[in-house]
Amino acid sequence: MNEIKADTSNMLEIEDLSVEFRTHDRTVYAVNHLNLSVKKGQTLGLVGETGAGKTTAGLAALDLIQSPPGIITSGRITVNGKNVICTKTDNKGKQVAKTCLTKKELQSMRGKTISMIFQDPMTSLNPVLTVERQIAEVIEHHEHLGYTDATAKAREMLELVGIPGERGVEYPHQFSGGMKQRVVIAMALACDPQLLIADEPTTALDVTIQAQVLDMMKKLREQHNTSMLMITHDLGIVADICDCVSVIYAGSVVEHGTLEDVFDHTLHPYTRGLFDSLPNMEDRSARLKPIRGLMPDPSKLPEGCAFADRCDYALEKCSKEKPEIFYRNDEHYVACHLYNEHSIQEGGVLKNE
Amino acid sequence: MSEPLLRVEHLKKYFKSPKGTVHAVDDVSFTIEAGKTLGVVGESGCGKSTLGRSIIRLQEPTAGNVLFDGKDISKLSRDDLWRQRREMQMIFQDPFSSLNPRMTISQTIDEPLALYNLCPDKLSRQKRVAELMDIVGLARRLYNTYPHELDGGRRQRIGIARALALNPKFIVCDEPVSALDVSIQAQILNLMQDLQRELNLTYMFITHDLSVVHHISDDIMVMYLGQAIEKAPAEVLFANPVHPYTKALLSAIPIPSLHNRKERVLMTGELTSPIDPKPECRFCSRCLYAQDACGAGDPQLKEIEPDHFVSCFRFGI
Repeated sequence: MNEIKADTSNMLEIEDLSVEFRTHDRTVYAVNHLNLSVKKGQTLGLVGETGAGKTTAGLAALDLIQSPPGIITSGRITVNGKNVICTKTDNKGKQVAKTCLTKKELQSMRGKTISMIFQDPMTSLNPVLTVERQIAEVIEHHEHLGYTDATAKAREMLELVGIPGERGVEYPHQFSGGMKQRVVIAMALACDPQLLIADEPTTALDVTIQAQVLDMMKKLREQHNTSMLMITHDLGIVADICDCVSVIYAGSVVEHGTLEDVFDHTLHPYTRGLFDSLPNMEDRSARLKPIRGLMPDPSKLPEGCAFADRCDYALEKCSKEKPEIFYRNDEHYVACHLYNEHSIQEGGVLKNE
Repeated sequence: MSEPLLRVEHLKKYFKSPKGTVHAVDDVSFTIEAGKTLGVVGESGCGKSTLGRSIIRLQEPTAGNVLFDGKDISKLSRDDLWRQRREMQMIFQDPFSSLNPRMTISQTIDEPLALYNLCPDKLSRQKRVAELMDIVGLARRLYNTYPHELDGGRRQRIGIARALALNPKFIVCDEPVSALDVSIQAQILNLMQDLQRELNLTYMFITHDLSVVHHISDDIMVMYLGQAIEKAPAEVLFANPVHPYTKALLSAIPIPSLHNRKERVLMTGELTSPIDPKPECRFCSRCLYAQDACGAGDPQLKEIEPDHFVSCFRFGI
């Protein structure tokens, strides 16, 4: 169970994670050899388009991938030094990835050590329970409090996220979208988790409410020193709240670094493309530069670099070989054929706008 | 200056609900010049979609006039409206639910052509459908595919092709890119701008995404709880927002850059209810600058500098 010593400075470590969804007619390769780590007390942004495998990676950390059809084919996931998923050799001598925790251990981990804010506040709450009951459930389970004490604590949590405690007796449909999302956040924070996985927590919200929710999350993160994995498609949110960022494309990380590395020394053509697709707030007449084409079908991933087809810089070998990883500094790396050990230091392979 | 293509005067749309009357659109007036884009921004529930739908009478307005090319649409009979609709089309928000899942792409694009009998025979209709697919950048091989086989970006292109089928002059675009990823969103925005230039289209572009509206619009109108609270050319509005709500809204945009980050104006609270609102500034409960005067009746849009309108008691009345 603990054959490999984990790096204790990391709250969450995902190594070489691959997840497939097998249905009767095809296999979808959702996550492919994904590596990422969230340092203690820091926030990592996981950025990518729809279908890039962001949510699947987040769910895997909680061992919440529905199986069937989901299968973790390889990888190791460590949460606070404790293995959640590890690769084992089964009795036929084949390598399989499995959870190394018992059901009980998993249950005590979920919501306590690590908890998740789901994307859609409209559907992630139970419509037939009052909101304070839903929050109290988590508290009763983990802190072994009685009904009254748990309810009282649930109300405290509501106050913490800016909802009057007496509204706890109401049902989710009586709340607006922004308030529902706060309830979901209150529930996720109820047992003071060490790691929070936030899956597009503000996507369903208006900008002004989004600003309020992000502001609140920043404050709570500082108060409780929570580590966070922020799954989002919005680079603006990343710039606002994250310390580091991993850009994910077709199930693997193509570029990773600190905010400054990725925003000001962009290396991967895909990351560059994401920035160029955004309307320029300084120059209104500048034409948008979209990334041409579409993300490859995750059931038919190309042999080489998954981005090669859409890449303006693609070389011949890009469609044949998987790119290696090159480090620009201790943190910042890129998986792209345009670079080698020497040219990575110079950067500047990409034309800057 | 010639008569604008669209002139909306004191448009109102109220809905009856068990709790009272919902003032979804409350006395909104504006004009759009031919070939220009008016961006309409606001939070969800501020009435921007209802405004768009009321203009082309997908919903009957409660009161007010809509003059399109000099004709009052709000008074047209059913048959006249049907003829008029040829010139006004709509692109819908959700490319996943606004297409009939049982119709192929070509059938979807063909339907308006068939209904309006625009092409003399089947062959010329097929040709027109193929032409429309070329215009919006859909490959011909997709002619007989169904919407579920396509991704969001392609589906939204179908919605655009369908709207263009009848050669309209004016298109109401209701959040056409909100459901799309940024890289695809940029493709669709570029397409819409190209089409506008080539076909001299006039857009009313409804969105909650401020960076998109800034990019595509000539003029921007900000709505709050059914009312237009500020209207100005895009550059002016972003450079010099005047209404406290516009200021807060603009400062809430997450900027994807580490440089020139602005200080946030955080708004507290949420939208007040649009049900039977009191005659006062509807923003005053969240406003940082609220004074006693703000509770005294509805503020009206005032021109504070050429083309820059704002409705706030701090600016005269």
